[in-house]
Amino acid sequence: MLVLSGVLIVILGFALRLNPLAVVAVAGLVTGVAGGATPTGVIEEFGRAFTTNRYVGIVWLVLPVIGLLERAGLRERVQDLITALQSITTARVLLGYLFLRQLTASIGMTALFGHAQMVRPLIAPMAEAAEERYGPITAATRMEIRAYAAATDNIGLFFGEDAFIAIGSVLLMQAFLEQSGYTVPALKLALWALPTAAIAFLVHGTRLLVLGRRLQSRRALAP
Amino acid sequence: MITLEHVYILTGAMFAVFAIGRARDRSSPRQWRSAAFWALYALSFLIGSRLPDFANGVLLLTLVILASCGLAEPSQAASLATRKAAATTNGNRLFVPALAIPVVVLVGTLAAQRLSIGGSALFEPAHVTLIALAVAVLVALALGFLLLEVPPSAPLREGRRLMEAVGWAAVLPQILASLGALFAAAGVGAVVGRLVTAAIPMTSGSIAVVTYTFGMALFTVVMGNAFAAFPVMTAAIGLPLIVGRFGGDPVVMASLGMLSGFCGTLMTPMAANFNIVPAALLELPDRNAVIKVQIPTALVLLAANTVLMAVCVFRR
Repeated sequence: MLVLSGVLIVILGFALRLNPLAVVAVAGLVTGVAGGATPTGVIEEFGRAFTTNRYVGIVWLVLPVIGLLERAGLRERVQDLITALQSITTARVLLGYLFLRQLTASIGMTALFGHAQMVRPLIAPMAEAAEERYGPITAATRMEIRAYAAATDNIGLFFGEDAFIAIGSVLLMQAFLEQSGYTVPALKLALWALPTAAIAFLVHGTRLLVLGRRLQSRRALAP
Repeated sequence: MITLEHVYILTGAMFAVFAIGRARDRSSPRQWRSAAFWALYALSFLIGSRLPDFANGVLLLTLVILASCGLAEPSQAASLATRKAAATTNGNRLFVPALAIPVVVLVGTLAAQRLSIGGSALFEPAHVTLIALAVAVLVALALGFLLLEVPPSAPLREGRRLMEAVGWAAVLPQILASLGALFAAAGVGAVVGRLVTAAIPMTSGSIAVVTYTFGMALFTVVMGNAFAAFPVMTAAIGLPLIVGRFGGDPVVMASLGMLSGFCGTLMTPMAANFNIVPAALLELPDRNAVIKVQIPTALVLLAANTVLMAVCVFRR
């Protein structure tokens, strides 16, 4: 039971809005010691895991390119183009991206798009510009559109990737079932991801259309 | 052969330049603290593989302490007028480097099996996508300088500005992944599995299904990762009860169980790289803004997964 103290620290720390880095570090140290390791042993284990997981930080390599493009006027160019295309709305931009993200993830291309390389430089500016064509938007509206753009990327990724047979989650399920005595084909596991993928598109797509309606009525109310 | 280690050195070099840039930038009173933060992170990429585990652990804890004391605010972006003028000069050529990133990742990943030098693979086979991403960044940078009119200092100066806007959240996903390893080593999962099964009487298949899908989501919320929750909940409920006692199909159970875990990922700050980092990257003042948008979709999908499993898993 004592090993759950780390979980408790995490929940409390996030609820109290303390710095997440400090919360996670303390939770890790406490869990390790509660699990019976020496303090030095926990620090070693933490250091080893941190070093093994450095691949998570590689995505930041994209930032100099994004910085270069933003300095060269990418956001402003996107804005000009979107303003000229009358049929493009915020909801349609995000709906199209949801479809594209799900489709590419379902054929295993999960690293093709993402928050750093796609949402920040292109998708969010497109979605914002489609609304700005009707006049200036408030900071709150801009933040709402950006949050929807990020959410759309996540939902498209999560409920697309599981339909691919060689993705990490499918391989994990297959390996775990295998070692528990059930040999199942990866293709069957992937096929059972399709109903949820379709429902995800319908549910989140509907919410994007509702967002479009909300933006429209907000415009009508504005002076 | 290009290996993951080479990509780490490139990433480390970038963070080292960010650290130097921050040390020379006097705009913030926290310049030295921030410079030390990025320098240590650079060190982890450059020589982390060769440092003893204890030194890496101390490095990690120092990063946490520096970040908790508060890092420097990012410098100002180029003015709107400058960027508008640049947009007019550069026109649609701007999209070439931007779209080069996904195209090179795609081509690099697909062609990796056929690329070889002197009989050995050009890209380390286990990390093809990450290496392709690094190559794509270099290609995009080269295209950017060839096609666009920008000051040569732009990538590193503007890159540092974006990195500082993300701030400490940049290392959060990596530290959370390490926490997952510590949780696993201490046996947190087994304890949670025992607690859940002891608390709920499993009198019917439907109760087992609901406990399993919601347990997957809830445990993922705590761990920040469905991959950590899956073995625990499946060993505690999925296999012994849904499949074992009530005769369900292991394929349907596993597939929809994992997807229920993904619903949990959408609702938790513990999944920092999906939820907290994008909020920082898009400069949203509320760091939970992305989670708040995702919760309704996640709850509907969790309910849908539960119903789907309850209806389909026992049909054989």
